[in-house]
Amino acid sequence: MATTDDVKKLAALARISIPDGELATFTAEFDAILAYVGQLEALGPPPAPAAEKPELRNVLRADGAPHAPGAYTEKLAEQFPAREGDALLVKQIITYE
Amino acid sequence: MSKGANELTLAEAARALRARELTVRELWDACAAAAHAKNGELNAYLELFEADGAAIDAAQKRIDEEGAAAPALCGIPLAVKDNLLIEGRVASAGSRMLENYRATYDATVIKKLKDAGALFLGRANMDEFAMGSSTEHSAFGRTLNPRDTSRVPGGSSGGSAAAVAADMAIAALGSDTGGSIRQPAALTGLVGLKPTYGAVSRSGLIAMGSSLDQIGPLAKSVGDARLLFEALRGLDPLDSTTIPEDLYPARPVPKKLRIGVPMNLLASGLDPDLKAVFDATLGKLAGAGHTVIDIGLPASEHALAAYYVVMPAEVSTNLARLDGMRYGRAARGATLLDDYVLSRTEGFGEETRRRILLGTFVLSSGYIDAYYRKAEAARVSLRYAYDGLFDRDDAAKIDVVAFPTTASPAFKFGEKSDPLSMYLEDVFTVTANLTGMPALSVPMGTVAREGKDLPVGMHFTAPHGAENVLFAAAGEVEKLAAS
Repeated sequence: MATTDDVKKLAALARISIPDGELATFTAEFDAILAYVGQLEALGPPPAPAAEKPELRNVLRADGAPHAPGAYTEKLAEQFPAREGDALLVKQIITYE
Repeated sequence: MSKGANELTLAEAARALRARELTVRELWDACAAAAHAKNGELNAYLELFEADGAAIDAAQKRIDEEGAAAPALCGIPLAVKDNLLIEGRVASAGSRMLENYRATYDATVIKKLKDAGALFLGRANMDEFAMGSSTEHSAFGRTLNPRDTSRVPGGSSGGSAAAVAADMAIAALGSDTGGSIRQPAALTGLVGLKPTYGAVSRSGLIAMGSSLDQIGPLAKSVGDARLLFEALRGLDPLDSTTIPEDLYPARPVPKKLRIGVPMNLLASGLDPDLKAVFDATLGKLAGAGHTVIDIGLPASEHALAAYYVVMPAEVSTNLARLDGMRYGRAARGATLLDDYVLSRTEGFGEETRRRILLGTFVLSSGYIDAYYRKAEAARVSLRYAYDGLFDRDDAAKIDVVAFPTTASPAFKFGEKSDPLSMYLEDVFTVTANLTGMPALSVPMGTVAREGKDLPVGMHFTAPHGAENVLFAAAGEVEKLAAS
């Protein structure tokens, strides 16, 4: 059983806020979904791996510049909520008091 | 011509363009006019693009010069799901979070289509971040089903489906994480293909569940779906999950197909008249010389539960990047943490928030063994069960698995208001995403509801890399349905 406190805790972990008015409904719906997926708990361990499948392989590329430096800088910077030149401007995290 | 140009299939339009019965401009104008006329009611498109005169002229020139050698897609106007990036265009994924986000590059599939001379009519509506089976979760209003406007078009690629079904585009691109191409195709009377995992590059697709997502076509015929798939597929250095075409052993199409049907899964839960259409179609296939075999698929019982663990886990991970910092909705509070929480709370709709929380839960340290690892185990079992049916030499060997794409025809708006009942809409389609196998929905007939004939689809699954077998099976159903 999920409690409203559990849902609040999860929301905090996920950087989301659930308004108090929606919390009870949200918790009830959440519980119903967990009860449904809970049927998996009865399952045993997965079957032993069969013969090696062709899709299990590493995909590597050579190190190197994938495109000319700065090719996308202006396009990306245009999306910044706040910028200083080509730099992304965010709140100061550490304060000196 | 008896049909309007916008009503043509892709193959018919390509032929008419080459036969000089139609110009690219006339085809564009017919589709754009239909789209503008109907979009106010249907809301299939979130944005309709202006005609790109240069692209239209270039496509015409190419057809004039190259004729039959020009790519089939040259000059064909398409609808594009709003989670695919087209450079310089908004790509919102149906979310307030990305309402003003402009793509900085072309998705690989968009680049391939541009190179082939295809044209883009607009951005098609969808459930937010592709989460839903009805388009009711779009932040920008629901899309109506052109077959019956009191009903949903399915989802999440509901805008793409409605656009094609209402002849507001010749064909469309969608994405499919648990059935998001096949279910709307079934509910609007179209052919929808989810390719083999890795067959089509996802570079430039706004990710939902990275081990499940594939891009594919929604089209008016099996042949059209095949033309689009051939244009989209291929290795891409920008998506390292893409596979070479010869990775899986080639499977020639047998003259007579062996069609496996998991009767145990169909014994209950289906609308009786839909089941009757399905059985009649199987009867016709048997009458045409194909063999229908009852297969037990015990592992399928846990498929939907496994999907609703794996998918939210991947959703919560993929959507963690949307934090109000670099792009997208950027709300500001007193602290940096407030900035994150406010941006994400304002940006995400209810269903998206629900799935992020579910994903956060199943990945948390106390529960990862009980849920996520069990789901991965169920996924492996499911895949082995399917492999075991396809790869054997005895009388139980099958070429494709068949079942109805959905248990019911299109439902009414608001009918599935609790989340779990909406999730159950995916019960037949999720297995192909969990196993990575290619799957397709093809119209098999109609059922009557309140005086309207609503389309229903037959679903085929084939072994990895065997889209050719899928197209053959679906082609048979298409042919038998027309006869």
